[in-house]
Amino acid sequence: MMDGSNFDDALTGEQKIRNFNINFGPQHPAAHGVLRLVLELDGEVVERCDPHIGLLHRGTEKLMESRTYLQNLPYFDRLDYVAPMNQEHAWCLAIEKLCKVEVPRRASLIRVLYCEIGRVLNHLLNVTTQALDVGALTPPLWGFEEREKLMIFYERACGARLHAAYFRPGGVHQDLPPDLLDDIEQWAHEFPNVMDDIDGLLTENRIFKQRNADIGVVTEEDILEFGFSGVMVRGSGFAWDLRRSQPYECYDEFDFQIPVGKNGDCYDRYLCRMEEMRQSVSIIKQAIAKLRDCPGDILARGKLTPPSRTDMKTSMESLIHHFKLYTEGFHVPEGEVYAAVEAPKGEFGVYLVADGSNKPYRAKLRAPGFLHLQAMDHISKGHQLADVAAIIGTMDVVFGEIDR
Amino acid sequence: MTDALTELGTYLEAKRTDCVLAWDVTHDELNVDVAPASLTGFVEFLKTDSACKFSTLVDITAVDYPGRAKRFDVVYHLLSMYQNHRIRLRVSVREEDMVPSITGIHPSANWFEREVFDMFGLLFSGHPDLRRILTDYGFRGFPLRKDFPTTGYTEVRYDEAEKRVVYEPVSLVQEYRQFDFMSPWEGAEYILPGDEKKEEGAT
Repeated sequence: MMDGSNFDDALTGEQKIRNFNINFGPQHPAAHGVLRLVLELDGEVVERCDPHIGLLHRGTEKLMESRTYLQNLPYFDRLDYVAPMNQEHAWCLAIEKLCKVEVPRRASLIRVLYCEIGRVLNHLLNVTTQALDVGALTPPLWGFEEREKLMIFYERACGARLHAAYFRPGGVHQDLPPDLLDDIEQWAHEFPNVMDDIDGLLTENRIFKQRNADIGVVTEEDILEFGFSGVMVRGSGFAWDLRRSQPYECYDEFDFQIPVGKNGDCYDRYLCRMEEMRQSVSIIKQAIAKLRDCPGDILARGKLTPPSRTDMKTSMESLIHHFKLYTEGFHVPEGEVYAAVEAPKGEFGVYLVADGSNKPYRAKLRAPGFLHLQAMDHISKGHQLADVAAIIGTMDVVFGEIDR
Repeated sequence: MTDALTELGTYLEAKRTDCVLAWDVTHDELNVDVAPASLTGFVEFLKTDSACKFSTLVDITAVDYPGRAKRFDVVYHLLSMYQNHRIRLRVSVREEDMVPSITGIHPSANWFEREVFDMFGLLFSGHPDLRRILTDYGFRGFPLRKDFPTTGYTEVRYDEAEKRVVYEPVSLVQEYRQFDFMSPWEGAEYILPGDEKKEEGAT
C-alpha cells in the first residue's frame, strides 16, 4: 500500500495521500552543527518533529569526574564554543561559592568585560547565520569580520582565540596587557556603525521580515512549560535576565537596559539580540572606565590560586604551593551548589557535588539550548518546512553544549 | 536571601508535612528531601501555590553513590520567575526503583528524564517516550554510573573492507591512566609495606 504501487483508489479515483518523513541533517548547513531532525511532513507542513541529539556527545560530565577542578576548566570552552568565557564563568562561580572565596574587584571587572564580549560574539554569530538560513548572504560576511576582531581581544588577554581557559577560580589568569583596554574602547566606538550596517541590511528587509515575522511564536505558557531562558523568554515580553534579577559578579553596579520583544516570534528575538549587543557595548565601555581606575591584583591569592611569579622565585613555600596546585590541585569542601550565569543563549548552570577531594564528585552542566531544542516539536508544528531552518536559527542551538 | 529561603522552608514543611522529609538552607540554597511516592504531588503543589510559584523546571539530574543502599539521588532544580527564588529537591532511590515522571506537570522534564535514564539507568514511570537520548543508537550500559569505566566497552572505526563503521571491544595499547596526585599526608590512604606493624604496636 505504502510503496506507491497502488496509489489511486480504483473506485473513487481519489489519490491516497501519505505523510512524508524526511531526515533534516545531521549534515545540513542550517542544522547549526550535528542536529538530526526526523520530520513528518504533510505536504510542506510539519506534522511532527523529532530531534535526535547526541551526535556530538563527548561524555564531558564523566571525564570531569576523573580530573581536578582546574583541569576541568578548559572543558567549558568546548561546550558553547561560540562564547567560551561565559561558560567558564559558571564553573568558577560554583567553586568560589563552595570555597567562599572573594574575587578581587579588578578580576571581577575583567570578567564582566569579557562576558559581554562573549555575548557580542554569540549574538553576532547567531543573528548573521540565522539571516543566512533565511537567505541573506552578506550579514555573516560582515559580522564575522567583527567576530575576528573580538577573538583577537580574547587572544591578547589569554593567548587563545577560542579555548581561552582565562577565568580561573579566584579571579582571572593574567592581567590585561597595557594597551588592550584602549583598543577595546576604540572598537566599542566603531562597532555601532557596523551594527547600523547590519541593521540596514536586515531589519526592514522585506524577505527577512517575511521569513521571520509571526514564525515560531512563543507564549508565556510555552516559556514556563518548556523551561526557556535568555532571549527565548525576553523575545516574548518577559523581562527576565539573571544579570538583573539574581545579580552575580558585579553586574549590579552597571547601568544597562533589558530589551524585550512583543510578539515572541523569530523577528522579535532578532531585534532583542540586536539591542542586547548595543547594551553589551555600553557595559563594555563602563567596564573599561571602571578598570582604568581600579588597578590591583587579579587573583585572590590563597589555596585556590598560584603564587605570584616573584614569590615563586624567592620563597620555598610558594614554590611548593605552585607545584602542589598544578599536580594535586586544590581541595573543595564537601557540599553541593548550583551556580547559574546569564550566558548569551540563556541560563547556563553548573550543579556541582563536591566530596572534599581534589576532583568533583559529580558535575552536571545545564545547557539552555537543551531545553530550547526540546520544544522544537511544539514550536515547529504547523509551520512549513522552510520555517524549520528559521526556527532552529533563532533558538540559538550549539551542539557543544547540548550534547556535552 | 537566606532568611527568605528559611521562611519558605518552614512554610513548606508546615503546608506539606507528609512530603517534606527534611530541609535545610546551605550556601544560600534551599534543599528539600522528598520521598519518591510524594514527588509528583509536591512538584504540583510547588507549581500552583502562590507563595512558591516554582513554574520553571531548571534541571533534573542524578548522583550515584554506590556505597549506599539507596544508591541514587535524583535532583530537581526549580525556579520561580515570579517570586525570584530557587529550590532543589532530592529524591533517594534504589537502583531497581521506579521514579514517578513529572512530565505531566512540567513538559520540559521529558528530555531530562530521558537523559537520566540514558546515563544512570533509572526508570521513570509514566514517561511518554523513555528512549536513550545522548548516547549512540544501540548503546549498552549507563555511562555516568561510578562503576562504568571512562573508556567504555566498545570503540568504532571505519572498516575499509566492509565499507562501513564497525564496533569493536576497546583495545588500548596502554591502560587508561587515572593519575592520583593526592597528598600522602592528607587525603588518600595508602597502605605502605610495614604499616601492619603500627596496628600490632597499638594493641
